[in-house]
Amino acid sequence: MGEQILNPTDIQDPEYFHKVIDCQFACPAHTRVPEYLRLISEEKYDDAYMINWESNVFPGILGRVCDRPCEPACRRRRVEDKAVAICRLKRVCADHKGDITKRFPAIPGQKNGKKIALIGGGPASLTVARDLLPLGYEIDLYDDQAEAGGFIRSQVPSFRLPKKVLDEEVSYILDMGVKAHFNTYISSMKEFLKKDYDAVFIGTGAPRGKDLDLPGRQEGKTFIHIGINWLASVQYGHVKKSGKTTLVIGGGNTAMDCCRTARRLGGEKVKVVVRGSRKKMKASEWEIEDALREDIPILEYLSPLAFVVEKGRLTGMTFQPSPEGPAPDQKEIFIPCDEVLIAVGQQNAFPWIEKDIGLIFNDSNRPKVDEITFQSSIKKIFFGGDAAFGPKNVITAVAHGHEAAISIDLFCRGEDLLNRPRPATTLAGQKMGLHDWMYHNEVSEQQRQAVPMASKVKSIKDRLMEVELGFDRKIGRTEALRCLNCDMQTVFSLPLCIECDACVDVCPTTCINFIQNDDEENLRAGLSIPAGNKSQDLYVSGLLPTGRVMVKDENVCLHCGLCAERCPTSAWDMQKYMYETAKAGGK
Amino acid sequence: MSSPRPGFRHPDLPKNDLGYTRRDYEGAASTLCAGCGHDSISNAIINACFELSLEPSGIAKMSGIGCSSKTPAYFLGKSHGFNSVHGRMPSIATGANMANRDLVYIGVSGDGDTASIGMGQFVHIVRRNLNMVYIVMNNGCYGLTKGQDSATADRGSAGKKGRPNPFESIDLCELAIALGAGFVARGFSGDKEQLVPLLKAAIGHRGFALVDVISPCVTFNNTAASTKSYQWVRDHMEATATFDFIPPRKEITTQYEKGTTQSVTLHDGGVVHLHKCDESIDVTRRRCAIDALEQHREKGRLLTGILHINETLKDTHEILETTETRLNTLMEKDLCPGNRVLQDMMENYR
Ligand SMILES: Cc1cc2nc3c(=O)[nH]c(=O)nc-3n(C[C@H](O)[C@H](O)[C@H](O)COP(=O)(O)OP(=O)(O)OC[C@H]3O[C@@H](n4cnc5c(N)ncnc54)[C@H](O)[C@@H]3O)c2cc1C
Ligand SMILES: Cc1ncc(C[n+]2csc(CCOP(=O)(O)OP(=O)(O)O)c2C)c(N)n1
Ligand code: SF4
Ligand code: SF4
Ligand code: SF4
Ligand SMILES: [Mg+2]
Repeated sequence: MGEQILNPTDIQDPEYFHKVIDCQFACPAHTRVPEYLRLISEEKYDDAYMINWESNVFPGILGRVCDRPCEPACRRRRVEDKAVAICRLKRVCADHKGDITKRFPAIPGQKNGKKIALIGGGPASLTVARDLLPLGYEIDLYDDQAEAGGFIRSQVPSFRLPKKVLDEEVSYILDMGVKAHFNTYISSMKEFLKKDYDAVFIGTGAPRGKDLDLPGRQEGKTFIHIGINWLASVQYGHVKKSGKTTLVIGGGNTAMDCCRTARRLGGEKVKVVVRGSRKKMKASEWEIEDALREDIPILEYLSPLAFVVEKGRLTGMTFQPSPEGPAPDQKEIFIPCDEVLIAVGQQNAFPWIEKDIGLIFNDSNRPKVDEITFQSSIKKIFFGGDAAFGPKNVITAVAHGHEAAISIDLFCRGEDLLNRPRPATTLAGQKMGLHDWMYHNEVSEQQRQAVPMASKVKSIKDRLMEVELGFDRKIGRTEALRCLNCDMQTVFSLPLCIECDACVDVCPTTCINFIQNDDEENLRAGLSIPAGNKSQDLYVSGLLPTGRVMVKDENVCLHCGLCAERCPTSAWDMQKYMYETAKAGGK
Repeated sequence: MSSPRPGFRHPDLPKNDLGYTRRDYEGAASTLCAGCGHDSISNAIINACFELSLEPSGIAKMSGIGCSSKTPAYFLGKSHGFNSVHGRMPSIATGANMANRDLVYIGVSGDGDTASIGMGQFVHIVRRNLNMVYIVMNNGCYGLTKGQDSATADRGSAGKKGRPNPFESIDLCELAIALGAGFVARGFSGDKEQLVPLLKAAIGHRGFALVDVISPCVTFNNTAASTKSYQWVRDHMEATATFDFIPPRKEITTQYEKGTTQSVTLHDGGVVHLHKCDESIDVTRRRCAIDALEQHREKGRLLTGILHINETLKDTHEILETTETRLNTLMEKDLCPGNRVLQDMMENYR
């Protein structure tokens, strides 16, 4: 036996069962995924939408463009390879909902006397507004663009996110009473602070695209563009045409948007060039698939050397094949092109924040920001979104916004920022009859549903035409039923168990064991199927009458409830765990 | 009915020497009461057959009538099976075994099916030493007909109705040893750690192997006053020995202490290493085995484990000198040697 036997699992710890809901736990905003999927399977789209809206604020937008960290985490991937299409289902409730505006929180007529400024109008700032307006705060929002939305407006192409969807969800928030100052670039923080707001939230993103400082860059500059600047110019209609043979340098999502946009602006031969292997590209799997589907080849293992400019025109680029690639000894190669889009990363830039106002910056030129409170070294200044810790994604910006709003509220009320509100949790039995649960416990064996797409020929001709058409109600239902309901927890009651083994025998995925207690490593190795996935917890009971303990490996539990059905004493019970992150002021 | 069992299994399901997973030995979903000991035994059978890498199509499941006799539907779904009439499994098993000695015969019966209506058949199949594993799922009652006391219910034991059983009980193990069985064991459905190796050893034994498994009936006989309840059995069980079963062709890696460990080689080459709990019990000797059972009974204890083992006995086929060929492959020329042989025989009687 090992040194340290395991203590019984503390299921009172709100994070224990939260972690079992893999998707919700992985979602930065902890959206209650299984709950909304169940509602979609019942075609209760308004309810499903509101569950999303409360957590992630932009269900229609995120249902299209979310980075979906929930999907790689989805339990279904561990039992059957393909995750539930959580993101596309989010879109289903947004597409099929009715008028939900009356469900939004009421905005008090009587204000609380505190004024907050938001600099930047992206998802992070809009989330802060959404959380603080119902509490009676007055909100002034400043953005240098003509409309709110930040990068989701200026960067994300319309063939992935139609303007209509963006406008709708952004205006839900503006209509709550945001005082917006558009076309207003804040050029001096020193000056801005004179306005004497009670608190300032900076959500200005990471707006500077990295350049490639190579020979020929200056000479060829009319044919070479920084990806994010170019995408913004396309979104705003300043650029209407691209080159015929365009090279996109870089392997992230920006590169995927650049190449697909170039295809729509007349690019006939668009190629993506990456330094490493395709497998290691940063872009999301589905974005790569979409680019390939639009006949955009991805050339691997090529490091850019120079832009080749002849007689004032760009004729191509030279590359060095990487030693790790298939042709390690090959000398440099030349790839002809007439335009280059550089998508090799973004940076934060705060040229408008004077160094002498007392704000501490760290060495990567980002402000020093607390990871829990999002407070900067100046107490009334808060950061969030890409501006806080570098470029991430929309859902992370939203999650930051919620936390920053909590901090701003605590700050304005003179309370300790670390004394944060706890998540609301409940654990409720699901029994209806002997074998009936209040959820659909039959495990669907349907494969992940394919999403209908617009025809390639048509969509390539029109950069405003959305490519993914979304699931209809029926496919939505089928897909939603693939969810294993990981929030329906198996809860073990030690005093009731008679150690009959019925649960062990019936469990389809061999989760449950009754064995001698031991330290974690030995216990994991000693289960009837060793618990190799360390990211998944063991649920351990106290000592049973035979001197053994119950050990359940949470890893591949199907939440089918058979253990509870076959337990003669109800020592196992299926209980729905509701975990809702706290919002500012409890709203 | 319970919910259907999902089709997904653990992605790391281990494979045995034949490349099969445990799933290949499963049966249909059980319809017995939740928590029934019989379900545990079914699963112990699945585990034993999986671990021994038996070819599912080389196994025949035989049973009578009762909740216990229904269980062959819940294990070894790819094997042969015959669900016979109440108490008549022994004669059907005998017929089948006579016709085809190449299959592994696993008989499943209940205490009612064996010790009441089937007693006449049981004693004879033991005497004849038919090569089979005979499992009694022993719950001390007639579960299927709502819990009447069976012939294995102990005197004074009371089930759900609360009336203590006034009659003396039959100990099937003691009876089988007295009748000359070569392998007699007792297990408990709530202790698979002991039961699975018992079943594996029983399968490795040639000749009749009785495994009497105390199997609580959660619905009718799991009361505080019952001697077949989970609680009573756990509080009163003792074992002749702990033991390791080493299957044939597996290397023996452990060194055993001399004196307390006794090793018995089974017919199929497997070895049972018994680590005695009580040095005075020698389970290879019939008299000693019966004494041990009686002594424990007097003390109010339940003796489990391998109770008796004797690898020197002949099975029915050897006793009767039957043909080694399966009957369905015997051709007319084997069965009908022709007129010349007949004439020779006739000549003998002239
Ligand atoms: C090409 C591209 C595609 C992307 N696709 C996705 C995707 O599919 N899914 C996803 O989740 N994420 C995607 N992202 C990332 C995502 O857009 C950002 O992570 C997210 O928008 C960050 O939100 P934010 O609120 O922090 O700031 P931003 O959205 O960047 O908004 C900041 C706003 O502040 C304004 N601003 C900056 N400085 C000032 C100033 N001094 N005064 C006034 N206004 C100022 C900016 O103009 C901008 O409007 C993509 C990014 C790019 C570049
Ligand atoms: C010839 C005949 N007699 C009586 C019955 C009624 N009957 C069905 S099962 C059973 C008793 C079964 O008891 P047991 O073998 O202990 O099985 P258990 O259900 O307890 O597992 C009886 C008496 C029958 N089916 N057939
Ligand atoms: S199966 Fe459902 S609840 Fe479980 S992780 Fe996937 S989407 Fe979430
Ligand atoms: S719910 Fe129970 S029976 Fe179903 S997979 Fe999980 S532990 Fe096993
Ligand atoms: S089925 Fe119930 S009583 Fe039986 S071992 Fe499992 S938890 Fe315990
Ligand atoms: Mg019975």
